[in-house]
Amino acid sequence: MITKRIIPCLDIRDGRVVKGVNFEGIRDVEDPVVLAEFYNRQGADELVFYDITASAERRGLFTDVLKRVAAQVFIPLTVGGAINHIEDFDRVLKCGADKVSVNSGAVKNPRLIEEGAKRYGSQCVVLSMDIKRVEGKFHIFVNGGRKDTGIDALEWAVQGKELGAGELVVNSMDTDGVKEGFDLPLLSAIAQRVDIPIIASGGAGNMQHFVELFAQPGIDAGLAASIFHYRQVAIADLKAYLAQQGIPMRQVYTGGEA
Amino acid sequence: MTAIVEYGVGNLFSLQCSLAALGLAATVTGDVAVLESAERVILPGVGAFGDAMEKLRQTGLAQPLRRLAGQGKPLLGICLGMQLLFDESREFGTHAGLGLVAGKVLPLEDALRAGGYNYKVPHMGWNCLEKVHGRSPLLKYTGDDDYFYYVHSFYATGCEEALVAQSEYGVMVPGVVQNKNVFGTQFHPEKSGDVGLAMLKAFAEVT
Repeated sequence: MITKRIIPCLDIRDGRVVKGVNFEGIRDVEDPVVLAEFYNRQGADELVFYDITASAERRGLFTDVLKRVAAQVFIPLTVGGAINHIEDFDRVLKCGADKVSVNSGAVKNPRLIEEGAKRYGSQCVVLSMDIKRVEGKFHIFVNGGRKDTGIDALEWAVQGKELGAGELVVNSMDTDGVKEGFDLPLLSAIAQRVDIPIIASGGAGNMQHFVELFAQPGIDAGLAASIFHYRQVAIADLKAYLAQQGIPMRQVYTGGEA
Repeated sequence: MTAIVEYGVGNLFSLQCSLAALGLAATVTGDVAVLESAERVILPGVGAFGDAMEKLRQTGLAQPLRRLAGQGKPLLGICLGMQLLFDESREFGTHAGLGLVAGKVLPLEDALRAGGYNYKVPHMGWNCLEKVHGRSPLLKYTGDDDYFYYVHSFYATGCEEALVAQSEYGVMVPGVVQNKNVFGTQFHPEKSGDVGLAMLKAFAEVT
C-alpha cells in the first residue's frame, strides 16, 4: 500500500536554513546539510528546498548546499525558488534535485511547465501555488506572496496539470504560520478538480492537524517547516502517531533518538 | 567497478552519489569497451520508453548490452531502465525492448480503470515491497516491511517467471524482477533511503 508522505521544507538563504512566519520575520535556524540528515534519519519521505537567496551572484551557495545534501541523503529532493527558465531546471537537476518546483516563474510564463515536462518528464515538475482568499475567491499570489495576480487558483491548478505538472504544492497563505491546521476547504476544492498528487502546505501546528489533513480524500502529502525545525513535533513521533490512527506511513528505525 | 550506462536519458547524479556512499567505484559511460571491462552494469532511465530505446540504438549500446547480459555480466535496470529489459512496451505505440526478461510494459491507468481502482497516476511515493520469491540475491538485505520510492505510469505485466517482489497499488505492481544475471527494480533504490542503498550493495555483491 502506498503511504502518505511527510515532507519538511527548508527555506535556504545564502546557504542557511531560514523560516518565515506569514512570509515575514525570517529567523535563522540551522545548517541545511545537518538538518537534512537529521530529517532523513527521522523518516522524512522527501525534502523540499526553497532557494530564497536574493541575488543571482550568491546562487552558487545554494547549489553547493544541494550537492552536499544529495551526496548524503538518499530520498527524493525537490527544489524551488528562482526557477524562471528551463536552464534553471538544468542547473538544479545537475546538482542532485529530483523534482523542480515552479511558482512565480510559471505564472509569468506557463510554458515553463510544458517545457520542463517535455524535457524531464511530468514527474519532475511540481507546480507550487501560494493561495489567499480575496473577496471569497482563491487567488494566486506571486513574488513570495507579496503580489496578487488575480488568477483563480482552481483554474490555475487545472491548467498546470494540463500543461504537464506532475504534482501540486498547495500553500495556503491564510493558514500559513497560524498553526491552527491545514486549509481543508481550499485543499478539498483543489483535490476535486485535479487528479495529480497534492502536497498540502501551511498551517500545521500539531500532530492532530495531519490526521485531519489525511482524512481528506485526494491529499497525498503534508509539508511543514517551523514545527519540525523548532522540534515542536518530531517527524518520527508524528509518523508513529499517524500509523496508530490507521494512516499508511513509512517508518524508519531511528535508533531511539527520536 | 560498476558502470552506469550513459545514453542521454535521466539524471545520474544521485545514483553516482549512492554508489560513492557505499564505497563502490563507479563510472558513468557510453563506451562499450568500458562496459565490457566493468564487473557489473546499471541501466538507469527516466522519460518515455520509445525515446529511450531509440537512444540506446543510436548510441550503439542496445546490442552490446544484450551481448554482455548473455555472457552473464550482472545487469540492473532501474525504473525505465527496468522496463527496457522487457520484450515490449505499449507506451505511446508499441516499441520493442531489449528482450532480456519476458514480459510487456503496459499503462497503469488502463489496469486501474479496469479494476475499478480510484488511484492517481503516476504511482508516486513510498510503497511496501512484498517478496514473492525471496531467494533473489538482490533481496539479500531487504526486510519484509521495507518501503521503496516509486515514480512511474507504466508497469510490467506477464513477467510471473521473473517476478521477485511486488507492491500493491490497486493492482500488483512488479517491483523487482530477475532473469538469471539480469535484474530490474521499478522503484528507485538510489532514492529509497537506507533500504535502497542496501539493495544496491546486494547488487554489487552478485557474482
